[in-house]
Amino acid sequence: MSVYLLRRLLQSVLVMLAMSVIVFVGVFAIGDPVEILISPDADQMERERAIKALGLDLPLWMQYLSFLGNALRGDLGRSFVFNEPALQLILQRMPATLELALGATIMALIIGLPLGLYAGLKPKSPLSSTIMAGSILGFSLPTFWVGLMLIMVFAVQLGWLPSTGRGPTVEVLGMRWSFLTWDGLRHLAMPALNLALFKISLVIRLTRAGVRETMLMDYVKFARAKGLSPARVTYVHVFKNILIPVVTVVGLELGSTIAFSVVTESVFAWPGMGKLIIDSINVLDRPVIVAYLMMIVLMFITINLLVDLAYSALDPRVRLENK
Amino acid sequence: MSTTTAQGAPIAAAPAPAPKVEGPWRRFISEFAESKLALLGFIVFTIIALIAIFAPWIAPQNPYDLAQLDIMDGRMEPGTVGGAGFTYWLGTDDQGRDMLSGIMYGLRISLLVGVGSAVIACAVGASLGMLAAYAGGKTDTVIMRLVDLQLSFPSILAALMILAFLGKGVMNVVLALVIVEWAYYARTVRGTALVERRREYIEAAQCLALPTRRVIFRHLLPNCMPPLIVVATMQIARAIALEATLSFLGLGVPITEPSLGLLISNGYEYMLSGKYWISFYPGIALLVTIVSINLMGDQLRDVLNPRLKK
Repeated sequence: MSVYLLRRLLQSVLVMLAMSVIVFVGVFAIGDPVEILISPDADQMERERAIKALGLDLPLWMQYLSFLGNALRGDLGRSFVFNEPALQLILQRMPATLELALGATIMALIIGLPLGLYAGLKPKSPLSSTIMAGSILGFSLPTFWVGLMLIMVFAVQLGWLPSTGRGPTVEVLGMRWSFLTWDGLRHLAMPALNLALFKISLVIRLTRAGVRETMLMDYVKFARAKGLSPARVTYVHVFKNILIPVVTVVGLELGSTIAFSVVTESVFAWPGMGKLIIDSINVLDRPVIVAYLMMIVLMFITINLLVDLAYSALDPRVRLENK
Repeated sequence: MSTTTAQGAPIAAAPAPAPKVEGPWRRFISEFAESKLALLGFIVFTIIALIAIFAPWIAPQNPYDLAQLDIMDGRMEPGTVGGAGFTYWLGTDDQGRDMLSGIMYGLRISLLVGVGSAVIACAVGASLGMLAAYAGGKTDTVIMRLVDLQLSFPSILAALMILAFLGKGVMNVVLALVIVEWAYYARTVRGTALVERRREYIEAAQCLALPTRRVIFRHLLPNCMPPLIVVATMQIARAIALEATLSFLGLGVPITEPSLGLLISNGYEYMLSGKYWISFYPGIALLVTIVSINLMGDQLRDVLNPRLKK
């Protein structure tokens, strides 16, 4: 196990290094930030001073090494635009994104599980067909367009919910959260539903497939034969067993939910990491782009590592295959 | 004749003994058409494709010929008659552009990018997948590690990264989509090819001392096609959706070649003042396109899956 762990860790570090080179070269080899950041009527002296201050006069590999050294100390450069440390900028906006992603995940479970359960228990009923057709729609609908339509209906036409922004926040554990206030929740509702749309479809499909499979199991038949009430069979014997894979998948999806929040945040002007990265790409704020990409890559590599380790702990076949 | 009757006997027992010509194509088409929804998807998609192809001839106006636009007609509601004398059935945008024409031209870009990237990604992915399965060993390991790496990142993130490097542009979007998608094809083809290459017909082809290239392309590849077709169909829909998303975020196609996503994005600011049609109708067009492809894909998956064969 420890050999596998070590090898897997080493792999992760290598992937992280490779990604850092790709990101760095990709971001720094293309485009010229000098053109964007220094006003066109600056004279030669001012230009050179700015280039020196930003370290843009060094060869690319030296820039990379100094970037790597600084990155290991948690310094991913200063934003050209905000003139603040890039990492700090991202960390400041992280709670907003996490809040959105968690809200969406919870919403997906609350809406998706009962619908999937119903569709699995009564596969022939017309309501089930409607649910399944709806889930196809959920996969097909472009998230950003649904977001716009939500704004149009609930904010513009009905005026029930605020169209954009995050609302008042409350500071807990040193981070600012908005779900603790009523107005904050009202701001959260539409973006979270928008981001949840895809996951709802996913949960419905997983739950339905799980229920249909589990219903045929011997232990369910046995529970029925014992004369247990249908409700008890459904909720204790079937539901509990399908909950494990569903929750696992949804948990694994958290990473991609955070990545996809880029779209939702842009639609609803939600002040999270995703909005920051889009704005930064549009003004070529390289340190922020690099810092965001590195953070996300780190997050994904960590999630993948944890999943692999959990699998290998649970399933010895994985370990043997990797010998 | 005797063999025909021998085969015909069990069929005759069935209620409708229609004399069927059992060509593979005919069987495929009749099985595909079993699902009315899939058939509908096919018909709708054909219409959309035709509209996209013939847009310059059937659109009421050329939305990018500035001479034809009248700024006085800007932001008109659907159904109003404009200064040029024809009706804007789907309204106009802020430049006085007919939305119906805009959508027809936008479909061209969306479909071009979606189908183009899917075809290129399929060629790249299928070749690499085939190579991995046929060569095995180190080649296989390297290619499949790359696939794993690619698939462990969400598509939007990878596309975002590539476009952050390359900047806007139709070709850049296609390139980004190819890089995002090739891994799906590679994984599918490798999986199928690993099973198929152990079959007797491959062994027979090898025993005939056919060149490796011929074995791969004439014998192995055709037999790996069914799952590849299914993946390709689904990936076209995904590519169209992803392109629209990227364009909406302002990272996709440039303003001179607006796809549906960019049209929707243009209407964003007018949404808050209740001018819904600028974003609404391009979105419907996008949705109908994606749903029609997905409906076809769903049925293709069932038809081409040998495990579900009756």
